[in-house]
Amino acid sequence: MSSETTNVHVDAEHGEHQSMTKGRIWKVFAILLAITCVEFFIALVIAPHYPGAQWINPIYIVLTLFKAFYIVGYFMHLKFEKIGLALSIIVPILFIIGLILVLTNESHYWIGLRLH
Amino acid sequence: MSTAVAQHIDEIKTTPWSGGRSPFDVEYGKIMMWFFLLSDAFTFSSLLISYGAIRFSAPAWPAPSLVFQSFPGLIEHGAPLIFVGLMTFILIMSSVTMVLAVEAGHRNAKKEVAWWMVGTIIGGLMFLGCQAAEWTHLHSEGFWWGHIPTAETLKEFFRPEMHTPLSQQQMSSQQFANLFFTITGFHGFHVFTGVIINIIITVGVLIGTFEKRGSYLMVEKVGLYWHFVDLVWVFVFTFFYLV
Repeated sequence: MSSETTNVHVDAEHGEHQSMTKGRIWKVFAILLAITCVEFFIALVIAPHYPGAQWINPIYIVLTLFKAFYIVGYFMHLKFEKIGLALSIIVPILFIIGLILVLTNESHYWIGLRLH
Repeated sequence: MSTAVAQHIDEIKTTPWSGGRSPFDVEYGKIMMWFFLLSDAFTFSSLLISYGAIRFSAPAWPAPSLVFQSFPGLIEHGAPLIFVGLMTFILIMSSVTMVLAVEAGHRNAKKEVAWWMVGTIIGGLMFLGCQAAEWTHLHSEGFWWGHIPTAETLKEFFRPEMHTPLSQQQMSSQQFANLFFTITGFHGFHVFTGVIINIIITVGVLIGTFEKRGSYLMVEKVGLYWHFVDLVWVFVFTFFYLV
């Protein structure tokens, strides 16, 4: 019985330890700001040299997903929650990928209808 | 024999799902906030994905760097993305002040929580002001739900080398206007409610509600909502202004 209570105690202390400190908050802010600056650099400096380039959009999307990871993981603290809670939020989000695939496919069909 | 069975039954399991404790180790209101945000994420996803489907099925689309090139009140043309850059910075900054408020709440530092919350509210109001300026600017050009600028103005929003026919320009501009005002409007409504909720919680901090309660968990919960609003803006920014 005593071993169980110590276990719980250690668990609680562990969770407390993983909390956001001021230093870490500003570090995440710096990362978010840096990613946004990279996006602006691509949009204002690099993209004008390659009008109509298809490879720029995936870069934006990857950078956006990085920002989403830092906001959800650190600011919203999901990275430090119990794995069960994190999964119950993240797994349903994956279903959105299905809608993206379906509607991307559909929009290719629509543009085919419009052009021919 | 019988003692062996009894020992087996008496063995206490301590895994998270064996009962007697909260498996997620999270307070009820906080987990419900997470699930609300999950449902809200689905709403915003369906809006943004239908925007994507309509945009990629259109043969031409108004170029973001040509539509959004003014800094309302200062620069009329030739400053693409500068204003939205400011808006993005304000929102990220207010997210930082919110997480600092949560951090101060862990230390039960009432004054600090209140100051960071006030900072977050100011950030939210500044963002709403910027969005109002942006909407006013687009409206003055002729964009609104169901309205598009005249053919003469419309020409400026499409890359000249594409030689888009006028009918196509009008059709996709109409779709752009409807989707832009609906999606940024829905996001702006979230910012607005976020500011209201933040004000309510700040009043609670100031009159000592959470000090009496012994925890600033409420600040954490509204913090989740506020970060979510910032998260949605990250996606709106990418898909309306960059792509």
